[in-house]
Amino acid sequence: MDNVLTWITFLPVIAAVAILFVPQTSKNLVRSIAAVFTGLQLVLAIWIYMNFDAAASGFQFMEQVKWIPAFNIEYFMGIDGLSVPMVLLTAFLSFICIFASWGIEKSVKGYFAMFLLLDAGMMGVFCALDFFLFYIFWEVMLLPMYFLIGIWGSPSRTDPDGMVRGGPYAAIKFFLYTLFGSIFMLIAMLVFYFNVQDPVTGGHTFNMLHLMDQANHVGVLDDFNIRLLMYAALFLGFAIKVPVFPFHTWLPDAHVEAPTAVSVILAGVLLKMGTYGMLRISFPMLPDAMKWEYFAYGMAILGLINILYGAFCAMAQKDLKKLVAYSSISHMGIVLLGMSGLTSMGMNGAVMQMFNHGTGTAMLFLLVGVIYDRAHHRQIEGFGGLANQMPIYTALVSIAFFAGLGLPGFSSFISEAFSFLGAFGSEAFDLRLITIISTLGIVITAGYFLWTFQRMFLGELNPKYADLPEINGRELFTLVPIAVIVILLGVYPAPLLDLMRTSLNELVAVVNAADTTLLGLH
Amino acid sequence: MDYSTIIQNNLNSLNYFVPELLLTGLVLVLILADLFLGKERSPWMSIIALIGAAIVLVSVICQYELGSRSIFNDMLVVDPFSLYFKLLFLASTIMVVFLSIGSVELSGRPVGEYFTLLMTLTLGMFLMASSTNMVTIFISIELVSIVSFVLATYLKTRKRSSEAGLKYAIYGAFSSGLMLYGISILYGLTGTLSIYEIGPALAGKGSSELALLVSVLFMLAGFGYKIAAVPFHFWSPDVYEGAPTPITAFLSVGPKAAGFAVLIRFFNVALATGGGNGTTEWLSLAAINWPMLLAVLAVATMTLGNLVAIQQENIKRMLAYSSIAHAGYIMMGTLLLSDDGIFATIFYLVVYYLMNLGAFLVVIIFQDVIGSERISDWKGMARRAPIPAIAMGVFLFSLTGLPPTAGFIGKFYLFAAVIAKGPSFYWLAVVGLLNSVVALYYYARILKVMFFEQAEDEQSAEISISPFYVALLAIFAIPTLVLGLYWAPLSNLASHSVEFLRAL
Repeated sequence: MDNVLTWITFLPVIAAVAILFVPQTSKNLVRSIAAVFTGLQLVLAIWIYMNFDAAASGFQFMEQVKWIPAFNIEYFMGIDGLSVPMVLLTAFLSFICIFASWGIEKSVKGYFAMFLLLDAGMMGVFCALDFFLFYIFWEVMLLPMYFLIGIWGSPSRTDPDGMVRGGPYAAIKFFLYTLFGSIFMLIAMLVFYFNVQDPVTGGHTFNMLHLMDQANHVGVLDDFNIRLLMYAALFLGFAIKVPVFPFHTWLPDAHVEAPTAVSVILAGVLLKMGTYGMLRISFPMLPDAMKWEYFAYGMAILGLINILYGAFCAMAQKDLKKLVAYSSISHMGIVLLGMSGLTSMGMNGAVMQMFNHGTGTAMLFLLVGVIYDRAHHRQIEGFGGLANQMPIYTALVSIAFFAGLGLPGFSSFISEAFSFLGAFGSEAFDLRLITIISTLGIVITAGYFLWTFQRMFLGELNPKYADLPEINGRELFTLVPIAVIVILLGVYPAPLLDLMRTSLNELVAVVNAADTTLLGLH
Repeated sequence: MDYSTIIQNNLNSLNYFVPELLLTGLVLVLILADLFLGKERSPWMSIIALIGAAIVLVSVICQYELGSRSIFNDMLVVDPFSLYFKLLFLASTIMVVFLSIGSVELSGRPVGEYFTLLMTLTLGMFLMASSTNMVTIFISIELVSIVSFVLATYLKTRKRSSEAGLKYAIYGAFSSGLMLYGISILYGLTGTLSIYEIGPALAGKGSSELALLVSVLFMLAGFGYKIAAVPFHFWSPDVYEGAPTPITAFLSVGPKAAGFAVLIRFFNVALATGGGNGTTEWLSLAAINWPMLLAVLAVATMTLGNLVAIQQENIKRMLAYSSIAHAGYIMMGTLLLSDDGIFATIFYLVVYYLMNLGAFLVVIIFQDVIGSERISDWKGMARRAPIPAIAMGVFLFSLTGLPPTAGFIGKFYLFAAVIAKGPSFYWLAVVGLLNSVVALYYYARILKVMFFEQAEDEQSAEISISPFYVALLAIFAIPTLVLGLYWAPLSNLASHSVEFLRAL
């Protein structure tokens, strides 16, 4: 099948346009269109998974068309072992989220159109191999996200401390933070453009494959200080998306105010773009800067802070959704730590963690949505003894919680173990102490998840909730597939690991082999 | 030089002056037609204005065949650079005629004079874009300014409008005086008024740096006033607020673009040498670092514009400050004195024309219905009038510079040109981009009011938008989106126009 990446990226756009022509009153038609098209997208993603040659190096399913010849901008798509898990994750969660959004009644057309545009933008980011194209997709996601949080999130309110909070506030905060980050990416991108030579034409280029080849770097890119600055600029852009402490404050707001499905996408896919960007752009394009010890240790320490700080904050939360949001910060810290050791094991662990956190946190947010739809609040202390009232729901929550705290047998155990072991065994840097301290995060995580479980599901049932209905069929339909994946990959992670191993090992080799003479280290 | 050659040259030049002659004719026709048709609010005046403008448009397009040519003894020039601007001016004029037709603000006012003044203003801008002599530069700027004063006060019974016009005139007179003084010093230094001869004359003699600095600073006052750059921007918020909205829209696009045309031509031709492909070098003016001086002005302009815009409650004032900020962005392209920079500037001006006029169109539509310019009165507009609200979203995202809109491509080219100049200009790109983050905040506030907030009950009725306005919105919104995805035609035209700039 030719142009499969174009199809998988732009199917949602077709659906969004189709939705605009549906009358406002046929809400179910709108939802069905969205479901069918994201379903097709998922089918395509599975097709890609089946046909992707995981053992081969380099990019596959490539498409390359001239777009703006005068500026040598191309429509250039392609995927490797790093992108395929993300493509699968995006397609899978988008499909699930359409069903999680079934209950949205306010401006249904607008909601699904925005959601589908968001889907297209995310898919595009993971498939783009032209930096300009990558940037366009990256930015295009902001607009639908802004409206999804602002319009369909919680309404504006004034908190007791006098601060205006709510969806509109969270939406603009998210928007400003992300835009702030991406302008630095834009500058780095332009510096690359003007200082990388296209090996064929000798002109400027945005082609990521050319950008990754150090032999093409000329001009100011021979200046190590500039390379460090560019690395820092790119890191800032990506770190805000992850989000890395201290740029994380948009995240709890956005997650808490957004509607359930949007929180799922935000935590499940959008956060991964930050780490994906580092692995796709910073590491291979500026490998020597990554090997600069201040950056490597810096990344590990930021990972450590994320892990511990996120976990402690999660433990302090009264709002269940906020707890899940902070647990995301903690879990993304593990990805950073895994990456920073520059070992094969750590890198594989980190990318697995990206995928597993995507599924795990999606489940958590969906479960929060289920209880919120019934009780209309999310205060942990307000519940109790739900296990008897909603046994199926409780079972699902326990799966999600156990996956979240990295219990063996659940997917995130393997990825967390790989990340920690990889960082611990790093040959390039001595990260042993940092790793040891970081593992404390697991204990704290276990603490807050189990404590929450105890407060919500064990003990006496709050009489107010004596007739709380059990989880329904639609909700089960969104949750069970994720639960299956979480357990399956926990028992047998090979399908995921095999997919990414070749590409990631190459990446590790490239970074470790980076010529660091400019640093004056060797 | 003997007189017969001069006269012969002038007569030959008339062939190359057709669009301006046609415009002059149109002005006269409008005055005459006003005698017979202008008594009532007759649609005939606008029809005449539109047909006339269309004819001028055709004549401008025809001039592309002529190549570059200096006319009237080096007073004016016809080249693709000036033609590019003339097309932009005509596009603005035509759209403003359309905007004026429906405007409630202007109803009951004599239309004859209005269109006459509008066309005179267009003529002035045509001359600005073509001027290659300090005298024609000055005269054309004055022509534009004086007509602008009158148009700004067109609602003379409205106090704000009169006040705006008075401020405009006082600032205008002041900056014109400064500029004239600057020109006279420059003449004293070089003995010539032709911008082609100023450069060589400066290079030849070791002229006084201080005198040159003073003279160019004074001239900057004149240019800066036209483009509303800090610190010559004080008139613009008041004028934008007080003038009839179609005129505000026009002033924010047309004369500003004309100011940039003069600025680019003067600095590139008179104060720079080199040319051809690649970058031009600044003429060595000893210790004075012109690019940095202009860079500081550009940064001050965009930063002040953006920061003050945040606090505005009146939509027209906010757009005025946003327009100041945009002048700052655009200046980044002119000060680089590279082909890339000029290309980015003129590309951005077209994009800016689309998104800014579009935004003003939405202001006019809403103003006519709710009779208010306050941002907070736009509550729930997304529900009451979805089409203009969505179009406004497109324009505002474009003004912020987010893909997939034309505004992003325009900003992209501007910042690309800055980065291309090398590490010494990276700071300018950083500051410029940080400014767009600030800008997002106040643009998004409008979106927030329209989309996230609910209207109070008594005013939540749906607003019906006439097909005329829907069509106008489409004319601005569709290119704003399309140019964000495929802009090669416009960029080809713009780069073609840059190539001819120094060809003479």
